[in-house]
Amino acid sequence: MVTLTINGEQITVPEGTSIMRAAKQVHVDIPHLCYLEMLEPEYHCRICVVEIEGEPRLAPSCVRQVSEGMKVQTNSARVRRARRMIVELLLANHHIDCPTCERNQTCELLKLAFELGVKEIRFEGEKPHYELDKTSPTIIRDPNKCVLCGRCVRVCHDVQTVSVIGFVNRGLETMVSTFLENGLGNVECANCGQCIHVCPVGAIKEKSAVDEVWAVLADPEKHVVVQEAPAVRAALGEELGLPAGTLVTGRMHAALRRLGFNAVFDTNFSADLTIMEEGSELVKRVKDGGVLPQITSCSPGWIKFMEHFYPDLIPNVSTCKSPQQMFGALSKTYYVEKAGIDPARIVSVSIMPCTAKKFEAQRPEMADSGFQDVDYVLTTRELSRMIKEAGINFASLPDEPAEELMGLYSGAATIFGATGGVMEAALRTAYKLVTGKELEKLDIMPVRGLDGVKTATVNMDGLEVKVAVAHGLGNARKVLDEVREGKSPYHFIEIMACPGGCAGGGGQPISFDLVLRGIRGQVLHNEDKGLPYRKSHDNPSIKKVYEDYLKEPLGEKSHHLLHTKYTRREVV
Amino acid sequence: MGISVWRTKVDAIMESCGKSKEALLPCLETVQEMCGYIPQEAITYLRENLDVPSIDIYGVITFYGMLTTKEQGKYVIRICDSLPCHLNKSDGVLGIIENELGIKAGETSAERRFTLEVVPCLGLCDKAPAMMINDKIYENLTDGSIKEVIAELKR
Amino acid sequence: MERILTKNVGKPNSQDIEVYSGGGGYKALEKALGMKPEDVIAEVKKSKLVGRGGAAFPAGLKWEFTRRESAETKFIVCNADEGEPGTFKDRGILLNDPHLLLEALVIGGYAIGTSKGFIYIRGEYYREIETVEKAVEQAKAKGYLGNNILGSDFSFNVQLYKGAGAYVCGEETALLESMEGSRGCPDCRPPFPAQSGFLGKPTAVNNVETLCNIPAIMTNGGDWYSRIGSPDSPGPKLFCLSGQVNKPGVYELPMGITLRELIENHGEGVKGEFKAALPGGVSSSLLTNLDTKLDYRSVAKAGSMLGSGAVIVINKDTSIIDVAKNTIDFFAHESCGKCSVCREGTRRAREILTRFSNGGGKAEELDLLLELGEVMYDTACCGLGQAAMNATASAIRLFGKEFEQKVRK
Repeated sequence: MVTLTINGEQITVPEGTSIMRAAKQVHVDIPHLCYLEMLEPEYHCRICVVEIEGEPRLAPSCVRQVSEGMKVQTNSARVRRARRMIVELLLANHHIDCPTCERNQTCELLKLAFELGVKEIRFEGEKPHYELDKTSPTIIRDPNKCVLCGRCVRVCHDVQTVSVIGFVNRGLETMVSTFLENGLGNVECANCGQCIHVCPVGAIKEKSAVDEVWAVLADPEKHVVVQEAPAVRAALGEELGLPAGTLVTGRMHAALRRLGFNAVFDTNFSADLTIMEEGSELVKRVKDGGVLPQITSCSPGWIKFMEHFYPDLIPNVSTCKSPQQMFGALSKTYYVEKAGIDPARIVSVSIMPCTAKKFEAQRPEMADSGFQDVDYVLTTRELSRMIKEAGINFASLPDEPAEELMGLYSGAATIFGATGGVMEAALRTAYKLVTGKELEKLDIMPVRGLDGVKTATVNMDGLEVKVAVAHGLGNARKVLDEVREGKSPYHFIEIMACPGGCAGGGGQPISFDLVLRGIRGQVLHNEDKGLPYRKSHDNPSIKKVYEDYLKEPLGEKSHHLLHTKYTRREVV
Repeated sequence: MGISVWRTKVDAIMESCGKSKEALLPCLETVQEMCGYIPQEAITYLRENLDVPSIDIYGVITFYGMLTTKEQGKYVIRICDSLPCHLNKSDGVLGIIENELGIKAGETSAERRFTLEVVPCLGLCDKAPAMMINDKIYENLTDGSIKEVIAELKR
Repeated sequence: MERILTKNVGKPNSQDIEVYSGGGGYKALEKALGMKPEDVIAEVKKSKLVGRGGAAFPAGLKWEFTRRESAETKFIVCNADEGEPGTFKDRGILLNDPHLLLEALVIGGYAIGTSKGFIYIRGEYYREIETVEKAVEQAKAKGYLGNNILGSDFSFNVQLYKGAGAYVCGEETALLESMEGSRGCPDCRPPFPAQSGFLGKPTAVNNVETLCNIPAIMTNGGDWYSRIGSPDSPGPKLFCLSGQVNKPGVYELPMGITLRELIENHGEGVKGEFKAALPGGVSSSLLTNLDTKLDYRSVAKAGSMLGSGAVIVINKDTSIIDVAKNTIDFFAHESCGKCSVCREGTRRAREILTRFSNGGGKAEELDLLLELGEVMYDTACCGLGQAAMNATASAIRLFGKEFEQKVRK
């Protein structure tokens, strides 16, 4: 233990504690920009400097460790002047268009300027004039707003282990870019969007489809159909004045109707469908000696990552499309048959917690309906902006259900949004498929929670089914390397690209806080508990789609509409 | 440029330094020396063998003044403009060469014969003004001596 | 004063090992290997030798800290990335007396307890690299490098690393990052390289000139050395004289000689009339008092920094704004870009000084530059950013009228 004094107050903390952490004990949150919990501190911004008695210069508190007898001042005039000037310098090199910037509600630079009392920007001069990186269908990078904090680089390298962005050039020409500056669309970017969450300013954002969706909603010729992922209902409220951890399913459907969507369905319906198909696929592989372990395929960030870095594991990946894509295909075949609408009039929109879904929707093979199965993907953030733009008082809306045909769902579906949810849902149905009996203990606790890799064994009438769940691509590698080496003991693996699962997807309300992502996941587990059906195979709408249309899981129609192939991709 | 030109030397470096990131800088310098720039195949080769992401290798190349992914002229002229040379009329040197070659600092001439760069201190301060062309030093430059050197290289 | 560092310069074939050992070379190594490593360090501590690369840290202490670390693997690295404008002393040693450096490096390796040494030479020093490579081969052939040196249990090998054109890699933590294959951005200290350096192992990083004092200290003892020159920074210093002076060059002189003596007695006077000098290259503040003693303490007291002893002389015909702008251009070009304050500070300082150069300066920007200089000193990650505004700030303080004349009317 180390005893030191901060701002005149003596405290004792464990050895190795940073000054920044120690300062919390004396009720001080030292201002900072490039520091982010869960990422290695890299002291780029120098804003977190503090005065240490006896030292000639100020020290960065994010990385400097406490020492016995140290005397620290966190807010002397000298420190405050330094912080203000640094923010001034950063603003001088920043494209200041706050009123029209998507991040003006969550911009950390704007917050610092306000809180540190920056009154003027005395440095006049050149602003950067970089071209925006628009090469990716999902994510746009604007280097003119970048403050070179390096958080995006750290999350891409250290957490997601994709490593496609980094610092290039030196000195005044330093910028964050991609290999040969070819753009995100031309490298192994998984589209996970975690970079968006960690960016403190508006330098990275999703490619927006809001304008296009407003246009189709206003077009009387178009019949606009919408689906919403489970994780959206667990987080949408955060953007609309409700506290974190509020489930807003009913109000979400109500808002979508009032925005003008012609048919409000729910991705959870097709999540149940995915379980039927994937559960059957798993049982088939086990019975027929197919390739094991089977790995889930509903996370498009994971899929692109796999195509670049683990293409040798394509045989392991389930051939099932994601719920989004299964829904899209059915919206222009099953739905139009039932509703008697010309499929050419259908515009299929999805609301997703995910940025990679935008990439997934435009994959050339995702057109089995004869049309592009999903036309537009809106993130949770984009939907919230449309709701605000329409002046809808979200909190006061009544709860409304989705239309049952493709909107009724079980608890198994809704937990897809939490890490381990797909696994749990699949086990509930696989159990029935293997044993012919219903699983009694539906809450499979070992696959829940925020540990990077979770494992469980479920006894299905003597067959010991071993499963693993990984969230965050860095954690995924641990499980995948085992599979590659032929040493994997599992039958079934769930991989989600984002830490926390879809609850932490690239399109969710901005936050890299894993605890918050866990809270969102818990909201879904709570919804599951309260629903009348908790297993996918019990869902009446699922029974109906098989009876009336698909006939049976893995059947010919399913094969055609609900399953897909993958593409080996290069690493440049 | 053919991969075989630099591959042997790069393999030798990886053999002695180990196939890890500490070998990166020496490998890049070797390729640069042999090819005059670093081609993409070399970056790919290093990525695969040293297990370093391409963006990291690119980040290292673009950091250093003597490494580049762009093909340069046969003669890379580096004129020093740090203070001791500057105080001894280094901008005059630059002016003359720009005139003689018809290119400005930062540019490469037609047929990739000359690349002209203004660089910081070359450690030749007592022989200012000074410049380097590839690995050769030219010191105590005068209008006359500069023109002579350039004329010689133009031949 | 008897020459220690440049005693072999001027001898024909001084780079040759035969000439070196013929003149008594590698005897110091022999002596050191017969001592306990702790005693070798004790002599260096007694000598009060401080780093000659600019930071002036006590060399003996650095070796002691490195030796004390309990890690099994350690390294010693010679910093030959000489890049400070006005500094060209290490080049002379590398080119003319490489064995002096090698001998010192082996002694250093023995003292701190490592068998792996590196020399990081800047990439532009082609001839010097070749010379050192040859010297290493010669030393290996004669058994001064390799296994069981001079019949002892001590083995030591030297590997060369070449810089690739980045002044900031002369900063010791940036140098180590560069060796590790990363961008050469400095690290936060603490921890210091002595605790966690190359590949996270304890590493002693020493400047060429610093190391070259070691053989003489071994031969004649630390006490002898501590009596040379100025008592609180003893020993000889390689002063580099350049700029607007008649006889620029490297001069080995005792610490404590005055600026006047250096310029007039050795440099044969200023070209024109003396205006000011930068005693430690472009990282230092201007001095106008010719009677300033050139040792670390006296120069610091005069408001400047001796650093590596790169004395650049400026005459009265030269615009001080032009000088300031040139120094800022240098730092803007060489800033690694990692820390906001150095990158953005040098960017804006350069713009302001350009405006002044063109007669479009604003009066309030002078105070702004001074404030910027203080904040950069306070918060920049490494010495480059901390010192970048020294020359400019001193120019404003000492030659304010020149700046005022360039304020836009």
